[in-house]
Amino acid sequence: MNAPTRYIDDSVKGFIIWSIIWGTVAVLVGILISLQLVWPQLNVAPYLTYGRLRPIHTNAGIFGWGIGSFIGLFFYITQRLTRTPLWSPGLARLTLWLFNIGIASAAVSLAMGYNRTKEYAELEWPLAIVVAIIWVLFSINVFMTILKRREEQMYISLWYIMAALVGVTVLYVINNLGVPLNFFKSYSIFAGTNDANVQWWYGHNAVAMVLTAPPLAIFYYYLPKVTGNPIFSHRMGIIAFWSLIFMYLWTGAHHLLWTPVPDWIQTLAMAFSIMLIAPSWGAVFNGYLTMNGQWEQMKTNYLVKFLICGITFYGLQTLQGPMQAIRTFSAFIHYTDWVPGHVHMGALGWVSMVLFAAIYYTVAKMYDTDIYSVKLADTHFWLVLVGQLVYSITMWVAGVQQGSMLLATNPDGTLHYSFMETMIAIFPYYKMRAVSGFIYLAGLVVFIYNIYKTAEKGNTQLSRASQP
Amino acid sequence: MLEKNPVIFIILAFLVIMVGTTVTMIVPFKWINGPGDLIAGVKPYTPLQQEGRDIYMREGCNNCHSQTVRTLAADVERYGYGGTYSKSGEFVYDRPFLWGSRRTGPDLAHIGLKFPDPMGAWHRKHLENPQSVVPASNMPSYAFLNQPLDTTYTERKMKLLKFPYTQGDLDEVKGKTEMDAIVAYMRKLGTDIPIKKAEAATQPTGNLKNPYSDLKGVKAEALSLFAKDCAVCHGENRQGNIGPSLRGSAKSDAELFAIISNGRGGMPSFGSSLDEQKIWKMVTLIKLGKHDD
Ligand code: HEC
Ligand code: HEC
Ligand code: HEM
Ligand code: HEM
Repeated sequence: MNAPTRYIDDSVKGFIIWSIIWGTVAVLVGILISLQLVWPQLNVAPYLTYGRLRPIHTNAGIFGWGIGSFIGLFFYITQRLTRTPLWSPGLARLTLWLFNIGIASAAVSLAMGYNRTKEYAELEWPLAIVVAIIWVLFSINVFMTILKRREEQMYISLWYIMAALVGVTVLYVINNLGVPLNFFKSYSIFAGTNDANVQWWYGHNAVAMVLTAPPLAIFYYYLPKVTGNPIFSHRMGIIAFWSLIFMYLWTGAHHLLWTPVPDWIQTLAMAFSIMLIAPSWGAVFNGYLTMNGQWEQMKTNYLVKFLICGITFYGLQTLQGPMQAIRTFSAFIHYTDWVPGHVHMGALGWVSMVLFAAIYYTVAKMYDTDIYSVKLADTHFWLVLVGQLVYSITMWVAGVQQGSMLLATNPDGTLHYSFMETMIAIFPYYKMRAVSGFIYLAGLVVFIYNIYKTAEKGNTQLSRASQP
Repeated sequence: MLEKNPVIFIILAFLVIMVGTTVTMIVPFKWINGPGDLIAGVKPYTPLQQEGRDIYMREGCNNCHSQTVRTLAADVERYGYGGTYSKSGEFVYDRPFLWGSRRTGPDLAHIGLKFPDPMGAWHRKHLENPQSVVPASNMPSYAFLNQPLDTTYTERKMKLLKFPYTQGDLDEVKGKTEMDAIVAYMRKLGTDIPIKKAEAATQPTGNLKNPYSDLKGVKAEALSLFAKDCAVCHGENRQGNIGPSLRGSAKSDAELFAIISNGRGGMPSFGSSLDEQKIWKMVTLIKLGKHDD
């Protein structure tokens, strides 16, 4: 019983490497589409047109970078929290293969125009089934490891992980229901307003179960590891957890305000979105209070910077989100660039910041060494921070400006601006956003170099140690 | 207990997420698209229109275009084109829905009302080269849609979607291009809902008199109205594009007034969206503004 557990980390490495590769693809495609919005000549018909590339961007970002690294890190975390080796390393390797085949075919199939058009569920049915299989195989592996655990207490991270396992499965399967026409095309079984309501029940809870619960699991594991402080309140974590997963599912229709979806569904969505501030900030306070008396680590510990900055953006995101869910505000910003501003504060500021910290820490641990260069990690931090801020701020300004121009009317009730006038007004912001993408990319390159050097350092230390 | 038993935990978590799911997602199936939502005039897609819709999905037009006119006054004014805001009944044949979440470009829910030309000349020119009609547009060019339409699955699609069709409908699709299909789809959007009719068509008779005899006083406003509503078809400088040049005209003021008010062929009617004074100002610009920009 007391023999140290032998953890199995080869798939952790595999998933981390590949998620970084897919994340880089997401950023490169993101930069390309941001340029296409300024210079439409950059569309290469038919495969590389904006309409086909944008879903490649979002899928590479959410599934490739997000879910890929979550799977890797969850294999890592679960083993440590349960003090149990991974249930099936073979299955984990198979999952990695399927994952890469799945994401690569997703990119190819979207470029070829096989697109269901439902956001974040664009893949046609054969690939949707592959995605579901990947998720189930991964879930079984994690769940069986938990079941066989040697540590009785289940730490809060495991809760968030398990909720994501069930949540994503239910959401993904239901929103993908369709009748196949042939191997390459299917039609949704829901029609019109029903389909819209199902889609955004899915869409918003993809935010909950993919872009909130997993990064929170990671945050709750790595913050204590990195700082040496125990988490401030386990109980607060538990209350926040249950209220979070209860409330999120009511809020999908805040993506559909002022549309034909019945008013009462919209109103419920609005109310629950505002209530969501409480559990969201429960996690934020738990993070901040864990740092109590230790704030100087923000200067001395490069990983704390990433984590605390990440949870801060999560806090801002969960204040901004409820604001967007209010009808009057939605009237202004819905459909405008404000929303990509919101999305990328979450994707780049919250999810990616936490992932960067977790990956630095985990890679150094797995290679049994220290990070190659703290200085480079600092450079990386500042570049991605500035890139993300420039992205979000320019898009918020653009969104408010275009939103108010679109709604402006003359005294006689006619519109004050034509659509094109509102669009020409935001081109300067589009250019700045493209620049922000390059800044972010530079940060990413520094990160990749640093990780590569750290692994290399670990390998040479290892071979030196094994020499007689 | 709960903290220790993962099986119970998972079941409980599942039940918790199903509460909101049931109330806001499952229960509404009872009402949405029910008899109360149906609109008499709304027809299913014809084979050609459905093929066009599938191309719309393939090209991801939904990434830039929404298809719902919200209940906001400004939305109705901008995108209603005589129809009011969108209602559930307009979408009962849409599988999947294509409402979109971004308006990088304008809403298309009622675009068929904006461009009434049965040949779709404007759409063709625009899709082939958007910048040739709207110079600052960032919409990609879709000239490659001028290729034969693959009709292998057309009939199966209609069966699967349970849409009525005749052999004639299927024959109509043969030999068409993808461009024909997507234009047919654009032409259909918004056209089978009840719309506000302009008051009885204006007759170009003698008692229609242009109150503006001098261009100076109205030029600025007329130019700005023209840029907003007419430039996409008659060119930025009224030099002509899909519609004829409007730098001067041999027609009488009253005739021009009637054409603008009632529409004609590919020329949409503006009688319900522009008041008389505005139309007269543009007539003045057309007649007297041969050399003015
Ligand atoms: C990069 C975003 C983008 C994509 C992708 C795109 N469009 Fe557009 N579209 C625009 C913009 C911007 C405008 C307004 C300027 C113009 O008329 O070109 C527009 C205008 C239109 C209009 C005229 C609307 C009006 O009210 O005048 C139609 C019709 C249209 N697009 C159809 C399509 C179709 C069909 C597709 C897919 C094959 C498509 N668009 C793809 C951005 C896009
Ligand atoms: C969708 C494209 C479109 C728009 C928008 C449009 N037109 Fe036209 N217009 C046409 C077409 C096409 C014709 C030719 C109709 C015909 O031959 O029957 C035309 C014809 C005309 C004519 C008759 C010209 C002649 O000499 O016969 C006038 C006047 C005119 N348009 C004015 C306007 C004004 C003013 C506006 C803006 C308020 C406008 N049009 C907007 C397409 C358009
Ligand atoms: C820094 C590099 C990036 C750039 C330049 C970029 C650019 C873009 C652009 C131009 C759009 C389309 C916006 C529009 O509709 O007008 C977009 C959408 C989106 N991107 Fe990115 N992106 C980047 C990184 C990422 C990453 C890493 C992720 C995921 C983790 C991501 C997730 C998304 C999502 C989910 C959307 C859809 C937003 C919506 O529907 O409103 N992006 N991005
Ligand atoms: C309390 C928490 C949150 C609430 C209430 C909320 C609310 C909203 C609302 C109302 C929209 C729709 C905006 C519009 O189209 O008008 C939206 C969009 C979005 N949010 Fe949030 N948000 C929250 C947190 C987050 C977090 C943490 C992320 C993580 C990245 C996130 C990612 C997104 C994405 C990707 C979209 C774009 C969806 C699309 O249109 O494609 N949100 N959010």
